[in-house]
Amino acid sequence: MGRRIVLGMLGLGVLGVAFGARAANAIATLMAPVEEHDPTGLTSLIPAAGGFRYYSISGSEPLRTRRDYRLTVSGLVDRPSTYTYADLASMPRTRLVRDFQCVTGWRVPSVPWSGVRLGDLLDAVGVAPSARALTFTSFDGADTESLTLDQARRPDVIVALGMYDKPLTRAHGGPVRLYVAPMYGYKSLKWLSGIALTDQVVPGFWERNGYDVNAWVGKSNGRGDAPTS
Amino acid sequence: MEAGAAGTQGGSGTAGTEGGAGTAGTQGGSGTAGTRGPTTAGGGSAVHQDRPRTGAAPGKLNGSVRRFTGGERWVHWSTAGLMLACIATAAFLYVGPLAILAGRRRQIELIHVYAGFGLPVPILLGWLSRAFRRDAARLNRFSPRDWEWLRSRDRRSGRIAIGKFNAGQKLNAAFITGSILVMLGSGVMLCWPDVLSLPLSLRVGATFVHDWLALAILIVVLGHIWYAAREPEALQGMWTGRVPRSWAARNHGAWLAEQEAAEQQAADLDADLKEGRDSSYNRSTT
Repeated sequence: MGRRIVLGMLGLGVLGVAFGARAANAIATLMAPVEEHDPTGLTSLIPAAGGFRYYSISGSEPLRTRRDYRLTVSGLVDRPSTYTYADLASMPRTRLVRDFQCVTGWRVPSVPWSGVRLGDLLDAVGVAPSARALTFTSFDGADTESLTLDQARRPDVIVALGMYDKPLTRAHGGPVRLYVAPMYGYKSLKWLSGIALTDQVVPGFWERNGYDVNAWVGKSNGRGDAPTS
Repeated sequence: MEAGAAGTQGGSGTAGTEGGAGTAGTQGGSGTAGTRGPTTAGGGSAVHQDRPRTGAAPGKLNGSVRRFTGGERWVHWSTAGLMLACIATAAFLYVGPLAILAGRRRQIELIHVYAGFGLPVPILLGWLSRAFRRDAARLNRFSPRDWEWLRSRDRRSGRIAIGKFNAGQKLNAAFITGSILVMLGSGVMLCWPDVLSLPLSLRVGATFVHDWLALAILIVVLGHIWYAAREPEALQGMWTGRVPRSWAARNHGAWLAEQEAAEQQAADLDADLKEGRDSSYNRSTT
């Protein structure tokens, strides 16, 4: 009898793997609106219920208030600059509503983001002719990311200050993070503190750990997800 | 089916392995099954212990009887430690506020994966122990009495004389075994999706199975620990290896009878050998 139970579970496991994607989608569609408005946060514990997951590689969650936040732009630029939160907040805003896709598989539909187009910032500091790529650093002291100059100038790449039409929360990478709409979530570096223009792409943390440098959703990392942007 | 047993306390959870599957209430009551203790060694009293008896003499219900060998206990506690490591790391990978507290995703993931792959190892090593293999066979076998026990409303009264493991423990063992295998399989798919060239839908499916089964395992393990905490003799059995006879009489009457028959047989053999009789080999005990 015990053996039969074990075999039965193996059978269920196989069925679950085969049909789990369908079940997960159904649950996510059902639960996503519930979860976003759940004050207790308990619905996030339901597997496959959708919603953001928190991934951090540093030890404790870094803290910068809007008052002491600084974004440094340096490297192969004409005018190395430091921006305060107020500086960024006063620049022309772009709002993007896109699905957020993580490379591990979860996807949050239709997330509103707002911020300053990265291209606008680059115009403001002036990019040197020898610059080809950007390196991003985080004030968590651990995470780093990269983009090519062409990728950085896309209209759907922003330095984000707002999410869900509210100021970006600390848990989501606030007060300021990078948001790269057409790529997997790991490219959207949280707790952004520095942008450096370089003459070649320097792979960041997750790329050094096996993930693709050019992380287009659906066309990289061996995945076939629907594009987000 | 009366008398004999002292205690009036029903405990729950035997040997701490009772899972969530349909185990329930504790009932007081005595009722021993077939526990007429053997009189002392060499006394030559025939002991008829293959059936539950009524009106057993209170006699030998003190003392303890061995329930688990050292090897078996090592397997249990090693597996428990690895399982708790898996669950704890899973919590820090999965539960938002805990993830925010700890960060350190890569290190925690590494511990989780190592603990996961280590989970079946103690059980595999346990197979080298005969006691373990015998108990595995017991856990695998369901008798009509097990079904009766599951259906009954007075599981703890001792009215139904069950063997070494009650049906809840057997179900738990089967569930945990199945879980370890399914978590291993889905876990491998999550660890190396590229190496396995898994299509996206199967990767998502593996995640689905791994997540939901983790939740089920959490509930069953919590239930298991709950039952163990509520029944000190059971926990004692897995900790020291021995349990009080009186507890065994009430909760696993048929097993105690089996043990005592074996003890009696061994005692009789000793007596014969001491007196130079080797025909004891043919002595029947029933």
